[in-house]
Amino acid sequence: MAAYHYMPVVLKHHNYPGRLIAVEGLDGSGKSTQIYLAKRWLELQQLKVFFSEWNSSKLVRSATKKGKKNNLLTPTTFSLIHCTDFIDRWERQIHPLLRAGYIVLCDRYMFTAFARDAVRGCHSEWLRKVYSIASLPDMTFFFKLPLEVALSRILEGRPALKYHEAGMDLNLATDPYESFRIFQGHINDQYCAMEQEFKFVVMDATEPIEKQQEKMRKIIASKIDLPRFALHFPHR
Amino acid sequence: MSEKRFYGSGLPGVNLEQLLGRLIVIEGADGSGRSTQIVKLTAWLESKGFAVASIGLKRSTLVSEDLDAAKQGNILGKRTMSLFYATDFADQLENNVIPALRAGFIVLADRYIYTLMARDMARGAESEWVASLYSMALVPDSVFYLKVSPRLLVERNFQKDMALDYWESGMDVGLGDNLFDSFLSYQKLIQTHFKDMQKQYGFQVINGNRSIGAIHNELRKKVGDLLGVK
Repeated sequence: MAAYHYMPVVLKHHNYPGRLIAVEGLDGSGKSTQIYLAKRWLELQQLKVFFSEWNSSKLVRSATKKGKKNNLLTPTTFSLIHCTDFIDRWERQIHPLLRAGYIVLCDRYMFTAFARDAVRGCHSEWLRKVYSIASLPDMTFFFKLPLEVALSRILEGRPALKYHEAGMDLNLATDPYESFRIFQGHINDQYCAMEQEFKFVVMDATEPIEKQQEKMRKIIASKIDLPRFALHFPHR
Repeated sequence: MSEKRFYGSGLPGVNLEQLLGRLIVIEGADGSGRSTQIVKLTAWLESKGFAVASIGLKRSTLVSEDLDAAKQGNILGKRTMSLFYATDFADQLENNVIPALRAGFIVLADRYIYTLMARDMARGAESEWVASLYSMALVPDSVFYLKVSPRLLVERNFQKDMALDYWESGMDVGLGDNLFDSFLSYQKLIQTHFKDMQKQYGFQVINGNRSIGAIHNELRKKVGDLLGVK
């Protein structure tokens, strides 16, 4: 009864007519604002655009909620339940829309799991393999900023931090704010380590919002033949 | 005491040396007599003074309700279903199996990862992907596979419910346009996947076409040998 040996994991690129763009970064990096602005820009040009957000599938919502509320989640089930959420969105929306020639925008993608779940102790080979059903994005923007800046943006005004958000399940510190700092630091290290591997487009998240957006739009326009994604109005 | 291992990288935060109990798995299709054998085996083990705990598929507190709800609609993608079941399994592994083994129980599993893997492969998942997914599982001390001919399974299912189950018939796989044909083809397909896994995962195949008593005696002997009791 030989133990299972891992084959090297190859995450694949798609060759569907659509295009897949993802944003990644720490909480407080401004990535959601940036992808929202990019989405508006594409929509206003009457292009075929679809937006999908991390942890947003209705299918596992109540299970995720129950698990988080009652503290039932372990690193492995935390990872699997988020993967179920992701693959549900992949199978029902992202994949068919890429086949149909849409530009699909994702606020967080599998790299969020690679970073976060690895910090919780899951093996990175296992994570990559489990997520390997889905394809890699054509472009992944990584909104990078010094850890202290991200922390001060989030912790300013001492908001109530959720248990898992603060990484309290890792026993890093008894104080949620201290735990959050350490947790985010580890996640940041994981993101930085993936920069090369997944060819992230690194964005300076300390720059003014409109400056970053200008850059993002320029990069998207240079890599995607946008007019090809125009909405058709056959009945007009 | 036995030495425990995971198939692969396993579960973060679990110390294998603390797992004093034994994990025994009974695999087989619906109607193969699994549940009956587990009841009888439990009674016998308890008569010998062993504490017994049991697990089965879709029994986790975390996702079993949502999984049931999702199966009612037509909204569940095939790999989403794989991951949903994997989550259910991992939840029970960590919250039931591991603590019971730590406490020195005999854990009887009414199905384990092999049924889940066979089902996924029957639905087009790559064997390498499912093996990786379930590499977080603990290697059982023994796995008994109750093999019953698909024809006999049909009879037993009719005796029990007068009906064939939609999912156990693999109706979502598209092997036949009616329950009866689909059930036979699907169960054959599942058996093929079990056969492929047999060597790698070291199942002991039990001829499940026999009487309840005959099967019980064989299981009792094998489990007795494992635990050093008669």
